[in-house]
Amino acid sequence: MITITDVKKAFNGSQVLKGISTVFRTGETNLIIGQSGSGKTVLLKTLLGIHSPDSGTIDFDGRIYADLSKDERRELRTEIGMVFQGSALFDSMTVAENVAFPLRMFTTKSRAEINERVDVVLQRVNLIDAHKKLPSEISGGMQKRVAIARAIVNNPKYLFCDEPNSGLDPNTAILIDNLIQEITKEYNITTVINTHDMNSVMEIGENIVFLKNGIKEWQGDKSQIFVTDNKAVTDFVYSSNLFKKVREANLKG
Amino acid sequence: MLLRYLTQMGRYFLMIKEVFNKPTKWSVMKGLILKEVDDLIIDSLGIVCFISFFVGGVVSIQTALNLTNPLIPKYLIGFATRQSIILEFAPTFISIIMAGKMGSFITSSIGTMRVTEQIDALEVMGVNSLNYLVFPKIIALLLYPFVIGISMFLGIFGGYVAAVYGGFASSADFIAGTQNEFIPFHIAYAFIKTFIFAILLATIPSFHGYYMKGGALEVGKASTVSFVWTSVTIITMNYILTQMLLT
Repeated sequence: MITITDVKKAFNGSQVLKGISTVFRTGETNLIIGQSGSGKTVLLKTLLGIHSPDSGTIDFDGRIYADLSKDERRELRTEIGMVFQGSALFDSMTVAENVAFPLRMFTTKSRAEINERVDVVLQRVNLIDAHKKLPSEISGGMQKRVAIARAIVNNPKYLFCDEPNSGLDPNTAILIDNLIQEITKEYNITTVINTHDMNSVMEIGENIVFLKNGIKEWQGDKSQIFVTDNKAVTDFVYSSNLFKKVREANLKG
Repeated sequence: MLLRYLTQMGRYFLMIKEVFNKPTKWSVMKGLILKEVDDLIIDSLGIVCFISFFVGGVVSIQTALNLTNPLIPKYLIGFATRQSIILEFAPTFISIIMAGKMGSFITSSIGTMRVTEQIDALEVMGVNSLNYLVFPKIIALLLYPFVIGISMFLGIFGGYVAAVYGGFASSADFIAGTQNEFIPFHIAYAFIKTFIFAILLATIPSFHGYYMKGGALEVGKASTVSFVWTSVTIITMNYILTQMLLT
């Protein structure tokens, strides 16, 4: 579980996060949603320790990040898996080498044990035939699956995903969403996903935090988001023509 | 402006300090070092050999053509070629060429990793990205003096070929010139310079790649800026070291 309390962050005098408090629960897919510029990415990067909050606390299962020593922070980071928006695979390494990377860096496993674990996670993300391919030789959807495999290979406690299905076709996006949700349940991970994709919200939104202008505007689950009377949320949810028409059809009965 | 340069210098030295913190596992690091030796040293040998041989030849011909007085002995061609190649051409001129070749490769490869969030990925995993990326380059470039040694040999050999086969001096004259008034410390001076330049060649381009911001266009700009600063620093250090070691 990750608990954040009154987190504030400003850049060059511009307040991006204006005191956000929330809880991201273990074993659930926690979504941070909001329009571009709402502070989603800054919040995610603050959770990851890439940005330091100006004030407020971030608590990882009882460990307050700001109070940890440099070594303890590095230790905590080995418990974190991250799926970047652009996958961020190491392009000089093959798929198998990318997935094996955290194991080679942080464990004392033998080569055979590492290969075995890589096979297991690549099978889990349905990529068993891609071992020797370079990231440039596989599709965007496959790259995302490799990134997920790399993120979970070292059994992380926390999984962060920055717009995991951006740039993917709707079918592949749903596959990636479902894969993340299945893995969250299977490994009992605290998963935090940064997205503005309403399909993801509908598929896997178990705990949704809606940000607007750096403030937590609303929090709930996917069943509540479509019936809330919070104007900012409804404006965001029904901003697409498809959702507008679905809503109109529902209202007409 | 001065404050900005001082800030950048401070940042550079802090980067160097961080490179030696929290080392990467040796089993991973040795592979990285071997890869950098291949990319930076082995891949540079061809161009270094080519340039050294022909520039050595040109130095020899230029010297011969300027020695018009019949009282000046022909062995001076070998002497001047040796001194030019060992003291300046091989350590300094080749290092400036390498600032373009190796330097732009280092800046663009690290810069691309920055743009595509690969460095963020390393940091999020708990890897000291500066140690992972820069330390192997520094170690690989400890072999750089060998490259310069080859450059010295080929430069003088190129001068010999141009002088003897161009009809400017006899083989015996040229060889006598290369042995005349030889001061062994000049070799030490050249390799001390080379060692310092190797550290600059590994770290300045890494600095510009690591701290770049923006997209693909900025990677190109960072490579250009890195080449300019590496060259300027090499030339400045060359002056300081020459003043310190030879006067």
